[in-house]
Amino acid sequence: MAFLEVKNLQKYFDNFQVLKDINFSLDKGETIAIIGSSGSGKTTLLRCLNFLERPDKGSIIVDNKIIFDAMDPSTQKESEVRKKRLHFGLVFQNFNLFPQYTVLKNVTLAAELLAKEKANYKQDKKAILKEIEDRGKRLLDQVGLSDKLDHYPHMISGGQQQRVAIARALALEPDILCFDEPTSALDLELTGEVLKVIRSLAEGNTTMIIVTHEMDFAREVSDRVIFMDDGMVVEQGDPNEVFTSPKEERTKQFLYRYKQ
Amino acid sequence: MNEIMVIVGRLSESFILNFRLFALTLVFSIPLGLVISFGSMSRFSPLRILVRTIVWVIRGTPLMLQLLIIYYGPGLLGMSITWPSGEAGRFVSATAAFVLNYACYFSEIFRGGIESIPKGQYEAGQVLGMTKSQIFFKITLLQVIKRILPPVGNEVITLVKDTSLARIIANKEIIMMAGEYTSKGLIWPLFATGIYFLVFVGVLTILLDWLEKKLGYFRA
Repeated sequence: MAFLEVKNLQKYFDNFQVLKDINFSLDKGETIAIIGSSGSGKTTLLRCLNFLERPDKGSIIVDNKIIFDAMDPSTQKESEVRKKRLHFGLVFQNFNLFPQYTVLKNVTLAAELLAKEKANYKQDKKAILKEIEDRGKRLLDQVGLSDKLDHYPHMISGGQQQRVAIARALALEPDILCFDEPTSALDLELTGEVLKVIRSLAEGNTTMIIVTHEMDFAREVSDRVIFMDDGMVVEQGDPNEVFTSPKEERTKQFLYRYKQ
Repeated sequence: MNEIMVIVGRLSESFILNFRLFALTLVFSIPLGLVISFGSMSRFSPLRILVRTIVWVIRGTPLMLQLLIIYYGPGLLGMSITWPSGEAGRFVSATAAFVLNYACYFSEIFRGGIESIPKGQYEAGQVLGMTKSQIFFKITLLQVIKRILPPVGNEVITLVKDTSLARIIANKEIIMMAGEYTSKGLIWPLFATGIYFLVFVGVLTILLDWLEKKLGYFRA
């Protein structure tokens, strides 16, 4: 069985069906890119995986454990949801860094708060916090920002902010890292540095789901491409196949429009 | 000369009442205002409607009327619990009226501040496994404070001057004290009271500016 299984996922906003029976799976270490035009439901799908939206039907299974089942309320308890969402990390289109904290604190804050729930927190406080800080610094080094630790978000560029956001998502060591159009809010010249970081994560076998409008990047970085349209998975497969010889008419039209 | 010193002394003494009323009102109305703002944002509609109605009534009627009703109301309505007699009762009931009134104004400022924080801040906290209270205290609160500082400063300055209204239920505050001299034909004590207010507001303005600068280290 695959590491992540999404089954029959459906989502309505009032009477409008945004997701119509979404099915897909993801193996450990695999990177999938989700492409499709605006309004096709890509972002909603990511938000469902991160429990920011509650699907109306379907289930989500991670590592053989049912973490969400629309038919089973016991999988939806608020206190449980908080822990379960840690299977996933999410990098937002607009970064959403915390403006009042330094770059380093942005990365370490959530881990520090979670550490307080540990039984040995009081005795080993210093060691635990030190470890979190070291990991934060390591991650920021990994995204090329070790010289910005003490900067506040408003002092750095959008591309740098997004790289901090990636480090922040990685800090909690999620099983699956999700990207919601990570470069859409960036100028063209800043897009490259963010894509480079994501590329290096893919090379390091991070399990990722990337929603993107960067077709060349999707093709290059992903192991599999999913094309969504009108709330459905229309086509999925090897990126080279999907991009060079799409089977479905809707995929062809979408890619044709993109080339223009 | 001696008379001047005596009058200044008595004015200063009576200004302590203004100051105490000011300080107590701030200390109690800010937390109460926060509670009211949560009520006015509640998803439970009966509570939300109730709280918003109270805010409407309090903001929609004069503070002077509220002072009178809160002071005389319990006794005239034959309630079993009334205010303590004498000076203490007059001061406590004035404080109660001020706290209620200012809490309602603050609650609307807080609500505006809280609702102005981008949804993405909450969502970023959520996906990082934070609890609701962690998100509020660690993420949004400071951003809210930064945003609401100017309107809160306005209310605080208005409060300084509003404390004089407490005289309507015979609290001997500074203007009432000066008025006693005016009725004896002495006008300068009335002008002098203005200086007390000006100096006090001046100090507060410096404090508020300092706070604003303190929070200027980040942008939100």
